[in-house]
Amino acid sequence: MALTRNPIAWLIGVFAILVLASATFYSVPETKQAIVLRLGKPQRIVNAYDAKAKFGDTDAGLVVKVPFLENVVYIDKRVLDLDMPQQTVLSTDQRLLVVDAFARFRIIDPQRMYQTVGTEENVKEALARILASRLRNELGRQPFAALLSPERSTLMDDIQQSVNRQAAQYGVAILDVRIKRADLPTGAPLDSAYARMKSARAQQALTIRAEGNKQAQLVRAEADANAAHIYADAFGRDPQFYAFYRAMQAYRETFKDGTSTVILSPNNEFLHEFEGRSNK
Amino acid sequence: MPAQFNNDSSDGGGPWGGGNSNGGGSGGGGGPKSPWGEGPRRPTPNRGPTGRADFDDFLRKSQDRLRGSLPGGGGGGTMNIPWLPIAIAIFGIWLFFTATYRVQAQDRAVVMRFGKFIETTGPGFHFKLPAPIDTVVMKKVEQINSVDISGGEGASENLMLTGDQNIIDIAYAVRWKIKNPELFMFELAEPEATIHEVAEAAMRAEIGRATLNDAIGPQRAQIAEQVRQRMQEILDTYRAGIDVRGVDIKQADPPPAVKDAFNDVSAAQQDAVQVINQSKGYAQQLLAVAQGSAAQFDAVYAQYKLAPEVTRKRMYLETMESVLSKVDKTVIEPGNVQTYLPLAEVQRRRALPSPAPATPVQAK
Repeated sequence: MALTRNPIAWLIGVFAILVLASATFYSVPETKQAIVLRLGKPQRIVNAYDAKAKFGDTDAGLVVKVPFLENVVYIDKRVLDLDMPQQTVLSTDQRLLVVDAFARFRIIDPQRMYQTVGTEENVKEALARILASRLRNELGRQPFAALLSPERSTLMDDIQQSVNRQAAQYGVAILDVRIKRADLPTGAPLDSAYARMKSARAQQALTIRAEGNKQAQLVRAEADANAAHIYADAFGRDPQFYAFYRAMQAYRETFKDGTSTVILSPNNEFLHEFEGRSNK
Repeated sequence: MPAQFNNDSSDGGGPWGGGNSNGGGSGGGGGPKSPWGEGPRRPTPNRGPTGRADFDDFLRKSQDRLRGSLPGGGGGGTMNIPWLPIAIAIFGIWLFFTATYRVQAQDRAVVMRFGKFIETTGPGFHFKLPAPIDTVVMKKVEQINSVDISGGEGASENLMLTGDQNIIDIAYAVRWKIKNPELFMFELAEPEATIHEVAEAAMRAEIGRATLNDAIGPQRAQIAEQVRQRMQEILDTYRAGIDVRGVDIKQADPPPAVKDAFNDVSAAQQDAVQVINQSKGYAQQLLAVAQGSAAQFDAVYAQYKLAPEVTRKRMYLETMESVLSKVDKTVIEPGNVQTYLPLAEVQRRRALPSPAPATPVQAK
């Protein structure tokens, strides 16, 4: 009987110490801020975000609390990711644009954040809502070209500032708001953009071909002119002989194939000697 | 956890010493509670907080008992002796493995004590406090990672609006490495997703400033470099501890839907070059013919000048001879005869295949 009773008592003792230790000590990693709640009431914050504190100088590590009375809620200390769903924005010149934005934020006041919304998920939801409506409002006031242009960054700064004011009530600081994508919606707007690109290219192709033909014609014309000049230079020395010379060439060329019938008069110069008369 | 913590606090001693001092302090009967303390199953009559003197006694007794009891009540007490050294040896090995670590050449080790950052150590062999107290995370600082940012052929991720409101199909990769391991670990919740999003934002911002022709062609490298700088700036504002090494634009084309039109432009350029080349060929040929004819004429004319009458006559007769020898000839005295020209026959003859006209010529 005693054999079994004693080890059980020891085990219970060990267990009690374990429970007590785990209820007293807790470790806070560098990536978290811990809110210590005493019976549900926020008592203090351990390892709260401090922009100046270096890692290693923070309050992270092993920390003591009052066992059983106090419990700990961890809140992320890092820069968190807020990816918003795509939304369609209508610019002032009535063109649709699909905008995909993201923000980076940090919980700088964990207690306020815990009391207002409770969890990180809820913070994200609340911020996404604020940011989405802010984005739509601000972007909807811009012409289409401005949404694509570098001016966008100042626009983003304005949005960030105005969202930050609202985010502060959740204990959150928005570090950055950026447009990840700003695209034409698929369907008619995209197709018409393609059509415009195609027509622009078709025009370019036509221009290139026409320009090529023009160049070619100029080259030919210049060649014709050069040739004429050469001929004129050579033949102009004796136009009469040229006429004769060229006629001879033309006769040879014309009657080359021998299918013609020639009717000659005996008075023809070729037949001048034919009749044997000497008319010299 | 607490048990191991205690082991450490009484560093020099074996597991027994640590366990016992703790047990005594907490006043419970849980003295030999360390993992090797399962042995004493025997009842201890004087269990309970009876003071330190009793405790040493108790310890000795329980160790004796341990030796005696473990082989299952068999008489041979000598068989039980190795248990303590084995336990110490196991503990030593455990201590060695958990209190030391090696950092490979390409790594940096981030040491944390209960989650608190202690230091970043370089390559080599290092000591730390045992397992649950100090934890070490290795980060590959030398390794260059590459993130592909493209959603496959024609995916919407690849299509971007350029500054001149055209659409470009672009695929690129970002090369990065960890610059500062502790920032990388502690500052960003999702470093890799952040790189991805920052890359997209930076690329779109740059493409939004460029024209389509620039982005497709000459300014690609410049755009990539600007994207890299912009990414680095943004990540630095997040204190991400990331070094963006480079952005590689793998593909920057017009979208597939308009590719034909773009191809037609390059075809048009080829066509234009072709037409111009043909015309140049024509020009060369024409020039050569003209020069040849002129030279020929000059040569003949030089001879003609020497004896104009004779040369002219000779040329005429030679030409006529050559011409008239091949054709049908009819000599008619004008005026004397009423001329009847058998045109029908002439035309029929002309229509005949080539050997046919030869026959009448030869017949003559």
